[in-house]
Formats: sequence, C-alpha cells, structure tokens
Amino acid sequence: MTDALVEVNNLSVGFTGAGGATLAILRNVDFSFGKGETVGLVGESGCGKSTLALAMMGFLKPGLRVLEGDILFREHNLFAMNNNALEDIRGGDLALIPQNAGQALTPTSRIGRQIEESVRLHTTLAPERRRERVIELLSQVRLPEPEELLERYPHELSGGQQQRVAIAMALAGKPEVLLLDEPTTGLDVTTQAHVLELLRDLAAQTGTAMVYVSHDLGAVARVSDRIAVMYAGELVLQGPARQVLRNPAHPYARGLLLSIPKLKEAVVPSSMPGRPPPPGKAVQGCAFADRCTMAGQLCRDVSPPLVSTATDEVVRCHYHEKVENLPPPEPPRRGDGRSRDLSDTLLRLDDVSISYARPGVIDQILGRQPDVTPTVDDIVLDVARGETLGLVGESGSGKSSILNTIAGLRPPRKGTITFENDVSLNAPVDRRDTDLLRRVQLIFQNPDASLNPRHTVAELLAQPLRLYFGLNAGELRDRSVALLEHVRLGSHYLGRLPGQMSGGEKQRVAIARAFAAEPELVLCDEVTSALDVSVQAVVLDLLMELQARHNAAYVYVSHDLAVVRAIAGRVAVLYQGRLCEIGPSSKVYALPSHPYTEVLLGAVLEPDPDSIPVLMAEDAVELSPPARGCPFQRRCPHRIGTICDTTKPPWQKTGDGHVIRCHIPLMDLERRQRTKESARRL
Amino acid sequence: MAVANPANEAPGNRALRVGAVIREMARRPSGLVGLAIVGGHVLLAVISPWIVPYDYTTQDSRLVLASPSPEHWLGGDHLGRDVLTRTMLGGRQALVISGLGTLIAVLWGGSLGLVLGLIGGKVDDVVMRVVDAFMAIPWILFLLLIIAVLGTADAVLIPTLAFFYGISVIRISRAATHDVTARDFITAARARGERMWTIVWREILPNVRDVMLVDGAMRWSWMILAFSSLSFLGFGITPPTADWGLMIANGRSYMAVAPWAVLAPIIALSSMIIGVNLSADALAKTLGIDRAQKAPV
Repeated sequence: MTDALVEVNNLSVGFTGAGGATLAILRNVDFSFGKGETVGLVGESGCGKSTLALAMMGFLKPGLRVLEGDILFREHNLFAMNNNALEDIRGGDLALIPQNAGQALTPTSRIGRQIEESVRLHTTLAPERRRERVIELLSQVRLPEPEELLERYPHELSGGQQQRVAIAMALAGKPEVLLLDEPTTGLDVTTQAHVLELLRDLAAQTGTAMVYVSHDLGAVARVSDRIAVMYAGELVLQGPARQVLRNPAHPYARGLLLSIPKLKEAVVPSSMPGRPPPPGKAVQGCAFADRCTMAGQLCRDVSPPLVSTATDEVVRCHYHEKVENLPPPEPPRRGDGRSRDLSDTLLRLDDVSISYARPGVIDQILGRQPDVTPTVDDIVLDVARGETLGLVGESGSGKSSILNTIAGLRPPRKGTITFENDVSLNAPVDRRDTDLLRRVQLIFQNPDASLNPRHTVAELLAQPLRLYFGLNAGELRDRSVALLEHVRLGSHYLGRLPGQMSGGEKQRVAIARAFAAEPELVLCDEVTSALDVSVQAVVLDLLMELQARHNAAYVYVSHDLAVVRAIAGRVAVLYQGRLCEIGPSSKVYALPSHPYTEVLLGAVLEPDPDSIPVLMAEDAVELSPPARGCPFQRRCPHRIGTICDTTKPPWQKTGDGHVIRCHIPLMDLERRQRTKESARRL
Repeated sequence: MAVANPANEAPGNRALRVGAVIREMARRPSGLVGLAIVGGHVLLAVISPWIVPYDYTTQDSRLVLASPSPEHWLGGDHLGRDVLTRTMLGGRQALVISGLGTLIAVLWGGSLGLVLGLIGGKVDDVVMRVVDAFMAIPWILFLLLIIAVLGTADAVLIPTLAFFYGISVIRISRAATHDVTARDFITAARARGERMWTIVWREILPNVRDVMLVDGAMRWSWMILAFSSLSFLGFGITPPTADWGLMIANGRSYMAVAPWAVLAPIIALSSMIIGVNLSADALAKTLGIDRAQKAPV
C-alpha cells in the first residue's frame, strides 16, 4: 500500500526477562492501513493486540522496548520523535479509546468540562466557541439532550453513554486514526450493537481510519473492512473481512470463528484445545503448532513465512491451502440439559419479589414494608432436575438478584421458593442446613473475584469438601485430584494460586469447587462473560459434560443470547426484574417473540459480514421499573397504547409451555415481526 | 483444623515465606539499611548488659560533664555517669515496651476493625463514632492523665500505649476488611454456608494480614517516639534506669558544655526510628510485589 497512513514495519517489541534474556512479545509485525480504512485486530488475551495498538500511539508499557523495526505515521517514525511532537500527535491525529471508558473518565469532573479540555488541547477554537463544539460532538455520538449532559458527572451515565462520551472526546481533535481497545466488551448486547453502528457511521462520515482491538470476531465483523489476526505476538493472518470471516486461510482464525456460539445453532460451539503460549516465550517453528490439528514436523521446526494467497489474504501458515478443506470439527455435543423430563420439578419460584428498599425509621416502628416498586417482581419459574434454564436480560434486569435469592443471600420480600416440592428455600443461608446448602451451589462471573487470591487450588477445593463431607487430608487430596480431572486440569494445579493461572483455568477451578459439593442445582451467574470466546467454548463444553455426569440442573444467567442458545433447553427473558417470555429455546428464539426478546435477538452480533443488527428500541437505561403496566412500556417498538402503561400484560400461551407476556395478540405480534424481518433481509 | 491440611500452609511453608520476604526486603537498598539498623539495635539491646564498659548507675565526680576520653568514649553526664554505657542500655526499655505495645495494639485494634468491617451496620456506626471521639482527643494529654493516676509501671505504660495506638489500627484494619468483604469470594463462602469464624480466619485474614504487618511496623516507630516523649516529659521511665528520652531531657540543660551527653541518645533514638521506618517501607514494597504476583505481563 503506497498511501499508508500508519505503517508498522517488521516491529518487534520485548522486555528483559529475569535471567537477562530478551523476551519478545511482538515479533516481526508488518501491518499498515490507509486513510479511512477500518481494521479489526483480533486474537486471544495475551497475543499482543493491545501492545500493538498502544505502540501505534507511540507508547510502550514501562519495561518494554523496541527490539527491531519501526512505526511510521505519515512517514514519521513514532519512536524517533521527541515527547512534545508525540504529545501533539496523540489525541489530536491519533486517538485512543481505552478498554474501560467508564474508568477513563475523571469521576469528579463534569462531562462538559472533560470534553472541552480535549477540544482546547487539540484545536485552535476560541474559548467561547468550545461549548458549541462540545455540544456538536455529543450529538455526533447520538447522546440525547447534549446540553443537559454537559452538567452531568460520569457516574450518572450508563456504560454505553460513558463509552459514547469517550468517543466524543476522542473525536474532539478530528483524529485521522482512532484506536479502540475492546470498545464494546462489558457492554450489554443492545448497547454494544448501538455503539458499533455509531462507530461504523462515524467512520463513513468523518473518514477516520479505525482500528478495533477485540478478542471477539463477532464484534469486529460488522465494522471492519479488513481483519488482522494475531497469535503469540505474531500477525498470522490479514485479509478482507468477508474472506477472513467466511473462509480464513489460517487454522487459528478458523478455530476462533468456530468457537463463537451461533444464534441459529442450538449446540455448544467446538473449542480449540490449549491456550496461547505465555507472552515472551521463545517459540520454535510455528507458534500455533501445539494447538493445530494439521501441524506436521515442518510446522514444529520451521517458522512459516508470510505468504499472500489468491484470496487477497496474507497468511503465516505452511499449509494454508489446506485450511479451507479441513474437515468440520467433530460433531459438537448436544446439550443434555435440553431434553429433560420437565415433570420432575427440582426448583419452583412462585410469585417471588425482591426489593432492595430498606424501610425508613417510621416504617420500621409501624412494622410496615416500604411502598416502593420492587426491583424484581412476579417471578414464576420452575426448573426440572437435570435441565438448564437460561435467564436472559440486560444488566440491571434482576438476573443476579434472582440467583442470590435462590442461594439464600437475599431473602425474597414476597413469594415462595421451594426445592424438591417440599423444602423451602425462603430461609437465608445461615438458617439452611448443611445438606441443603450442599445441594445448591453458585458459580460467579469473575473467577478473579470469586477465588480467594491467597488460597491455593488445593485449599479452594478442600473448603467445600471439608464443610460438606468432613474428609480427612488423604481423602481431600484424592477427591481434589479427581475434581481437577473432571475440569481437565492436572494434579499439578493443586499448589497453584489463582494469580498463577489464566482466566479460563481459574473459572474451571471455580466450577470444580461448585461440583465438589455434588450439587443438584447449580446457579451460574454470567460464568463465561469475563472470558475470551475461545475459552468460553471450553467452559460451556465442560459445563455440559459435568451436567451429564452429575445430573445437575443449571440456572444459567447471561446477557448473551447466543451463549444461552448453546447451553439452555428453556429460556426465560427478564426485563426490569419482570418476566417477559419463557419457554423452550426453540420457541423463544422463533417468532412470535416478546418485543423485548425481539430487540435482544436483533442486537446479537454474529461473525457474519452480512448479518445486520436491527436496532429497534433505544439503548437508554431505565433506572427503575415502571410501577404499573408492562415493564417494557417505555422502550417497546410495538407499543399499542395506554393499555401498556396501565395494565399488566396477560400470559399468552403458544403451546409447549411457551408463554409471552404482551398485550398484542400473538397473531398480530407475529405479523408485525415478520414484516420487520423481511425488511431486514432486503 | 488449620494444621490438618498439608497442602495449605504447612509450618515449613510459612517459615519459607517469612525468609523469602526478608531476603526480598534486603535486596532493596532501603530495606538493607533499615534491617541492618533495626537488627543492630535489637542485638545491642539483648547483649548490652554483658558488654557495657561501666555500671550505668555509678556516679564518678571526676566524670561530671567530662569530655570524651580514651576511657570514656562519649564522656560523662551531669551526674558523672558514663554516657556510652547509658546510651547502649537506653534502648532496651523503649524496644521492649514499644514492641509489646505495638503487638497488643495491632492485635486488639486489628481484630476489632476486622469484626466491624465484616458485620457493618449499626454496631459499626456506633463503635466508629466512639473511635472518632478518641482520635479527636490529644493523646498525650490523655496518656499523662492515666499515668498520673496509675503510675509509670510497665504494666501501666504498655496497655495505655497499646490502647491509644490500637484505636487508629481499628480504622486501617476496618478499611482493609471492607475492601475484602465486598469481593465475591466472601459471598461464595457465605453461600457455601461457612461459619463466621472460618470466613474471618480463612478468607479475610490472609488478605488483610499484609496491610496489618506494614501498618504495625509503622506504628512501632511511632510508639518508640511516643514512649521516648513520655520519658522526656518525665512520665516514662523511673530514674536511674537508662533511657534515651530521659537522657535527652536531662542532658539538654547542659547542651552547651556537654553536647555529647545529649547527642548520643538523640542519634541512637533517631537511627532506631529511621531504621524501623525504612524497614516498614521496604516491607510494604516487598509485600506489594507479593500481592501483585499476577499472570505475566
């Protein structure tokens, strides 16, 4: 490319290791893009994506240095510039949006002032014109009522809004290149889709070149012209987005694609074995050889050169011609939690409502409950032995509250929870007997937080074993080793601390800890959302296997409809702590749907360049549920009138235990949704 | 129960960790200097009764405010006692009393803070207001009051100092506990049905221990200073026992004629405090590294 805007030439970046050896974390990266191009930079954690992105800003984390090569921005070497010149370029011509935009905003400073500062630093606008420009920027990122927003503080905004403010700040200097580090990771599905569509439009409007760094091919599919895949510090594949997503020439990219759960397939995606080598590890031959199904002796001995293919890709693989013809992965596991005898009820929630409001002093004296709309209300659910019930909704929809209530961490305000038809689960944890505690286990979202950083794996696994079974030291060890084997970890993990394991390994230890209790009901709270997609596939597969082994029922909470589709037999959709729809997943994922389910389904990102998200409802965040009527009244794209605001919608049955809570007659609802669907196809 | 599990923290394992921490501290210049100073002072305090050149109470009229000489390296004080002897012995009381006081302060303040941080609610509110009230009182006045009433025996000094320093430990330990209790592993332990005691001992303590250690080390240096201040004011050690604070108080009137009599204890005292501070600093850094032992890069 002759008119390259940013050109990374044979760049190697590394650090000096403990023994004085130089360890490379980026190896001979050649990468460039021109004006207005959008590139997706994809790979698992620890593959060097973020290091490369930061290097393109002329920044290296402390301790890192350039070993070889350079980066040219408009033909100027970034690493040869002095700090003043770099500061002028950064934020002005080259802008970065960090991974967690919420944390990148100053909490004590108003939104208006923060953006104005960027405007002041990177433009020559007169002070009195700056406010105008800030408002313009805020409307450019489609934030409603920008003038009012100027006076707000970051914590008053939702995650999606904070992300938009960060984008507005980055746009202040009219940058030529915008680097986005995991721009939508951690956001809700609908917000994610909205933010990506916004970025896509901005790229088209402003002609800004954008680089999206992500571990998820689905997230970059829609917004990138070109996709570059990194593995172990090397660029292993680069090519047109469509080609990479449809038919990648590198087995690693193929593996990544296959590990993404698809909305249309009710199977656990196939997973790649192994994990990337730790950053800085010296590699002989092809770095991916250990995890590759077609690796031969050549791969282990000789590092593959970069070659161009007939399909416009540049690939680092000896056998790239063969990738296309690789046999499809072994048939993925069919979910065991799907086909279950639903009459054998294990857990039943009847009219459960949960409130976080605490009664005031006067109410306490009079023994009154505060008269506020409860956070979670009207929940009627049952879970059969050995089945998986998916619980879906955006953040704040009360999914986790329901799990915590079942686990006894927060007693319900109203309603009954029964276990095995006769045991009440209304009692809090400290009033449940040990055997009941043992039978209900909870797995958390983030293993970094749910595993005590001071405990070795042996101690982590010993805790439930000691508590529930009173095992002695020898038995503990044998049992722990067996548990580790069940989650496919070796006994050498016993001595490790959580800090010495990868995210996926930690989550597997957390799962092993839950299964140490031999539970009958496992409550999974977003257990894969903190993990890379490739690791997610492994964990999902493992959960399926353990379910078959222990005949445990899962209540699987997630905001990701595709993941729930992969694992759950039945799905319940929650909005603002109220049920919208519940039924077998084949029914929930087909029309007619509750309007909210429709919105969620439309927003799912798929690794398919032709899948266009349908953005219907605004991604505004509601802080509290409406007191009356349908919970979704304020955002519903199909609203029919005041009845939605005043009357609780009826449960409409479509058969097979599938119910939709909506005022619109089902026939009518389906007709409306079909019209939208066909409009989307055109 | 704690010893029953071989894979957890066997005694050897723990000793290994203490050794590793000290080695790591000594790798830093500040840690090396600090540890050497503290080590020297402690060693001196232990062996000084056997190696001092003279008796610390013997008064020699020829030695009154005498200049340093080959026989008396640091000269004599206003009562004709050997300054070197008294300086060598003068740290013993300070070390023992402040050491014990710190230990008790960290133990009681730490445990109370931990419990408050864990249970929270109204009890926490009430106790913390009392703590605030105590912290608003100028502690030296209060100390003097107690000592005036109860006397200056070690059995009074140690608990009194421990009480006052423990109050500020409560805050630190409560904050550190708060930081931990909000994390999911505590929720996990609660959901599992672990008893309160197990949660405190097994889940929280290992995570606040480091903070408490560093805080304790800092407090130790403050307590040495506080004890010496009391002695200086005449409320600490009963003469004729040698003590740095007392020596400074006595010597300062003759500073113009016999500066060595006041300089020697001042240098001893400040070197001790600097040494403890340096060590505490290195300890914090070392444990910080220990804590940040995350996945590479």
